[in-house]
Amino acid sequence: MLSVKGLHAKVEDNDILKGLDIEIKPGEVHAIMGPNGSGKSTLGNILSGRPGYEATAGSITFKGQDLLEMDTEERAREGLFLAFQYPVEIPGVSNMEFLKASVDAKRKHAGLEPLSSVEFMKLARETSKRVDLEANFLKRGVNEGFSGGEKKRNEIMQMMLLEPALCILDETDSGLDIDALQVVADGVNSMRDGKRSFIVVTHYQRLLDYIVPDYVHVLAGGKIVKSGDKSLALELEAKGYGWLEGEVA
Amino acid sequence: MSQQVENLIKKDYAAGFHSAIESDTLPPGLNEEVVRFISAKKGEPEWLLEWRLKAFRAWQEMEEPTWAHVHYPEIDFQSVSYFSSPKSMADKPKSLDEVDPELIATYEKLGIPLHEQEMLAGVAVDAVFDSVSVVTTFRAKLEEAGVIFCPISEAVHRCPELVQKYLGSVVPQKDNYYAALNSAVFSDGSFVYIPKGVRCPMELSTYFRINEMNTGQFERTLIIADEGSHVSYLEGCTAPMRDENQLHAAVVELVALDGAQIKYSTVQNWYPGDSEGKGGIYNFVTKRGLCHANAKISWTQVETGSAITWKYPSCILKGDNSVGEFYSVALTNNCQQADTGTKMIHLGKNTRSTIIAKGISAGRSNSAYRGLVRMNPGAEGARNFTQCDSLLIGDRCGAHTFPYIESKNPSAVVEHEATTSKVSDDQMFLCQQRGLDAEKAISMIVNGFCREVFKELPMEFAVEAGKLLEVSLEGSVG
Repeated sequence: MLSVKGLHAKVEDNDILKGLDIEIKPGEVHAIMGPNGSGKSTLGNILSGRPGYEATAGSITFKGQDLLEMDTEERAREGLFLAFQYPVEIPGVSNMEFLKASVDAKRKHAGLEPLSSVEFMKLARETSKRVDLEANFLKRGVNEGFSGGEKKRNEIMQMMLLEPALCILDETDSGLDIDALQVVADGVNSMRDGKRSFIVVTHYQRLLDYIVPDYVHVLAGGKIVKSGDKSLALELEAKGYGWLEGEVA
Repeated sequence: MSQQVENLIKKDYAAGFHSAIESDTLPPGLNEEVVRFISAKKGEPEWLLEWRLKAFRAWQEMEEPTWAHVHYPEIDFQSVSYFSSPKSMADKPKSLDEVDPELIATYEKLGIPLHEQEMLAGVAVDAVFDSVSVVTTFRAKLEEAGVIFCPISEAVHRCPELVQKYLGSVVPQKDNYYAALNSAVFSDGSFVYIPKGVRCPMELSTYFRINEMNTGQFERTLIIADEGSHVSYLEGCTAPMRDENQLHAAVVELVALDGAQIKYSTVQNWYPGDSEGKGGIYNFVTKRGLCHANAKISWTQVETGSAITWKYPSCILKGDNSVGEFYSVALTNNCQQADTGTKMIHLGKNTRSTIIAKGISAGRSNSAYRGLVRMNPGAEGARNFTQCDSLLIGDRCGAHTFPYIESKNPSAVVEHEATTSKVSDDQMFLCQQRGLDAEKAISMIVNGFCREVFKELPMEFAVEAGKLLEVSLEGSVG
């Protein structure tokens, strides 16, 4: 699914990633943890092609293609999805309109006809129920006046509608109360089908009680310093990141 | 017409207009003879000729205004031809095959139906053509309701007393430089009269008289809504006119008598010039409405075309409890310049006005909102609410706001809100991360920004306006 080798990346002249390697197979859930400023969010941004984030060395292969050669929207249409840590508002553009445009763009890329408004409406209503959002959210402006929890659930709803191959959740748990966390986790778990892969970027092990990862990686100083299974997350919870500092070159 | 005038015209033919007779086009230049020629060509009554001449003499004494935030080389008014009769059917393209393919491509992007494309491109239409019978049907229905909807040149003969009473009653000949010019040389335009208590059975649109619209750059529109009547009028074709860099100086006058309501919607998409700023229309338009007691006038405009737009649809709220509204979207791209806004003049008691103006600038363009809200001493309890928002795309464009507020009545309330924002990188990234390309993303964000205004437009127009923005924004992202 995704193969990252020796990735170096910078943001505005600051080197953030310094030789990161990660290998993700279809159906796997990888958690990425690490202290503040270790480059966790940078990874998601580099993978999704956010302007301002530049890969300076290394390679990224996504579904057999050179990801760094692809435009931001092309990556999205190929099935790479980033659930934002801080989703922005787009005033006046209804959620429905926005979602339909994205779904249509993806379908077009796959050589499919756009869904009719009626078909889409039905699909969107069903999906909004799955993340516990009322149907009138579809009529409101994209993230306009949404609470933090509503924004995150909206992200998950988009993910469900777009059915991506690789989902990157960038600190989706930040600012969520326990009920919302449960909804988000249930949403993610319902999408685990043995083919779809996930990168779950988080600060806390709490989320991983709900979304149980296959692998846990610790990112520090711009590279992965330790990898393990779910138990590594628990160990981090108990010991903090300090004991790993020595591993940072 | 007096013998004297006729002689004069004959003399002029011999002197200066020899070629004009054959081609029905005047050579460039403007003088009193030209005004007389135009009036005579239209077989106008004496009073109207005098009215035009009065305007022309006033115009000669006036100076071109320079206060607007627009820049352009001086216009040589003597290099313009002031009369060109519509091309004969023989000169027009016989079918769409003969029309510039680029123009057709644009029509297709706008989703304009084929038969409308033919009309817009000026393809000769004959009796076989669908819309002819359609027009006739509409005309019958309107006549049944007592509504008069015809070219103003026809109205001069059909209902001279109405034209004479109201022409220039809202925008006097001397109102401003361009209005004076228009008053002197106006070629044609629409005339609407809605009788007392009648709700016009359909939306009136210049679409229905598209052929007559070719008549000129100096249209004059006069709409009179008699007591308690309602009318919605749609102006402008939504397709680009491939005109040369030329002057367009129209005047629109609206009269809403007691309790009447007029809704006037415009989608203006004159040719804006190319990306280097070459060519395009200079659009200097005066639009004003007069509200009597309990009347309401609502202006909605979507301005995406023209090299230069200078336009301030206004309301004079003369009658007590009258209401004025102005909803505007002005989009400029490339080298376009727009200085547009409104004037709300509150004279009567408890008059209310609302202004929602949205300016969008892209490329190297400049867009200015200029609005006046005046509360006269008699405007007891009057209220105004103004909101003007500017959206910038890129970093080479400009947005300016010039609000003028004059309040001479302490009980009047004026509220003004203004914001300026940029299409943020984060918004763009969100859209692109969801698979939308940059142009689609921009047009979606801009459409969202304009929502409050678009919802005031009649449904079909709103859809077209949205598509139009998309086309107008093409190439605005690097």
